[in-house]
Amino acid sequence: MTASSSLSVPQLTDDLSTPPLTLGQLGWLRFRRHKMALFGGVTLILLLIFSIGGAFKYAEKYANFNDTAQRLKPPSVEHPFGTDSIGRDILARTIYGGQISLFIGFMAVLIETILGILVGAVAGYYGGAVDAILMRITEALLNIPTIFLLLVMAKFFGGKIPEIHIGARAFSGSVVVIVVIIGATSWMYLARIVRAEFLSWKEREFVLAARATGTSNLEIIFLHILPNTIAPIIVSSTLSVANAILAESYISFLGMGVQEPTATWGNMLDKSAKYLDTAPWLWFFPGMLILLTTLSINFVGDGLRDALDPRSRAI
Amino acid sequence: MTTTLLQVSDLRTRFHTPEGTVHAVNGISFHINEGETVAVVGESGCGKSVSMMSLLKLIPSPPGDIYAGTAVYRNHDLLKNSEQEMEDIRGKEISMIFQDPMTSLNPVLTIGRQITEALREHLGLSPESAEQRAIELLEQVGIPDPARRLFDYPHQFSGGMRQRVMIAMALSCAPSLLIADEPTTALDVTIQAQIVELVARLREVLHMAIIWITHDLGVVAGMADRVIVMYAGYIVEEANVEDLYDAPSHPYTLALLAALPRVDRRRDQRLKSIPGTPPNLLVEPRGCPFAPRCEFVIEKCRQENPALIQLGKNHATACWVDVKTGAPR
Repeated sequence: MTASSSLSVPQLTDDLSTPPLTLGQLGWLRFRRHKMALFGGVTLILLLIFSIGGAFKYAEKYANFNDTAQRLKPPSVEHPFGTDSIGRDILARTIYGGQISLFIGFMAVLIETILGILVGAVAGYYGGAVDAILMRITEALLNIPTIFLLLVMAKFFGGKIPEIHIGARAFSGSVVVIVVIIGATSWMYLARIVRAEFLSWKEREFVLAARATGTSNLEIIFLHILPNTIAPIIVSSTLSVANAILAESYISFLGMGVQEPTATWGNMLDKSAKYLDTAPWLWFFPGMLILLTTLSINFVGDGLRDALDPRSRAI
Repeated sequence: MTTTLLQVSDLRTRFHTPEGTVHAVNGISFHINEGETVAVVGESGCGKSVSMMSLLKLIPSPPGDIYAGTAVYRNHDLLKNSEQEMEDIRGKEISMIFQDPMTSLNPVLTIGRQITEALREHLGLSPESAEQRAIELLEQVGIPDPARRLFDYPHQFSGGMRQRVMIAMALSCAPSLLIADEPTTALDVTIQAQIVELVARLREVLHMAIIWITHDLGVVAGMADRVIVMYAGYIVEEANVEDLYDAPSHPYTLALLAALPRVDRRRDQRLKSIPGTPPNLLVEPRGCPFAPRCEFVIEKCRQENPALIQLGKNHATACWVDVKTGAPR
């Protein structure tokens, strides 16, 4: 026994008494090492600053103001992204369109996540007939091509909901319709993931132990099992944000989504279809923003998948 | 005067599986008095856990099905209770601890969160007083520095410590009956002794009755008042612990005792094992279920399953043969 090793003993106990990393800390350590995910995260934050911060520079009135004398002007100092076919400033419209597109993306996923968790958790936990019925409904919905479902529902519900006001902004009712439609048509995959997780977690002994101390089924589902399944849910939901933004673009591009004058990146593309070669700035900026957003979200989702995987113990 | 805490009569549980119906528990009857410790012993798969889990209605249904019997706890039949009523009883009146402490705690919730849950639910304590009580409980089961460990996660505890936490959780509401389902099986021998000692000490403090499920007759000897021996879903012998060791009267009990390692046995003597395997519970056996493995077997054993025969006060056996003489009763 040397003097140095006996000196290191107090230090060793000190090391042991520092608490081990929580799942969150461990996840962040791993996430940081994922370069593409970091790039995605930073880009996403910049996009949020762009569409929220930009609103302080340009008023919504300006984004919807049309000056027919300024039609189809290429990018210039006065209009950095150019103007569209009726002379509106494209930069201002991408800012406000970004708010709507991101809002739709996140809200639709919120609805999707709630529905997916509810259906998946109940089916997986209770099993038997409940499971059979819920899963047959899920599969039936999965078999309807989403794009048709989206279009039919958008056409059916579109224009039936009045404008709503959140803060200083007025949202066209069609935004709410799109959010609900996308949320309601995309929860099925998540429900299947959650169900599979519940099927395996409910057999664990701690669930039996929780029941043996008189815990009710609802508490077991939401307080005991759900926290164990949070990692795959976060990953799946993150990736769904990108899909929701894309879905909004499809519908708006086909003219059934959010209605003018409210701008979204999707309906800006719609109006630019006639000018593909003559005025490329019409589609370039909203198109690039959609691409950048979905790409960043997918990178972040991949990073989260690696970071939150409980089986991977590497830091 | 001892009062009966729980009287189980003709409890029958079966499982409907794709291969057929498994008869796991075939009409067992027993009682347990207040403050008494009863050990339930038998090989794996002989219905010990299933019968005790049936009492708390913790059998998953389907495929499980408790199809007959009563379990009268303080003048009230547990088996007639709704799920809601059972939730009020579980953890408060009757608690259960399980075999594997490594998997019985939720990995993503702190120890404190898991202990306080039952306290808040059953006793209606405020978060602060539940936390205070949880610290006392952890101290009682011998967790050092409990106030700090409350915020630790299960993976930060060793196996023995986790079993102590499980015991603290099970005893948090001072139940009248603790069902311990092989709580020491997954632990090494020194920790086993500590856990047994801990439960024995807490039994005195809380005046609770204990049903101790085990396949280790050595553990039983030290702490049980009575022993119930189960085989293939039947009770084959029931006796005070002294009577069971002095005068085992079922061939299965004899075989179990012979299979027990003893310090006073010569080292070159091999441990005796019981030939064969427990019967397939998919087919209802004709005659005594132990007959194919029994060294005392007579023709009657293969025809008719013996009921429990009273041999004396608190001693009953289900065998056609007197194992002392080898002659039919």
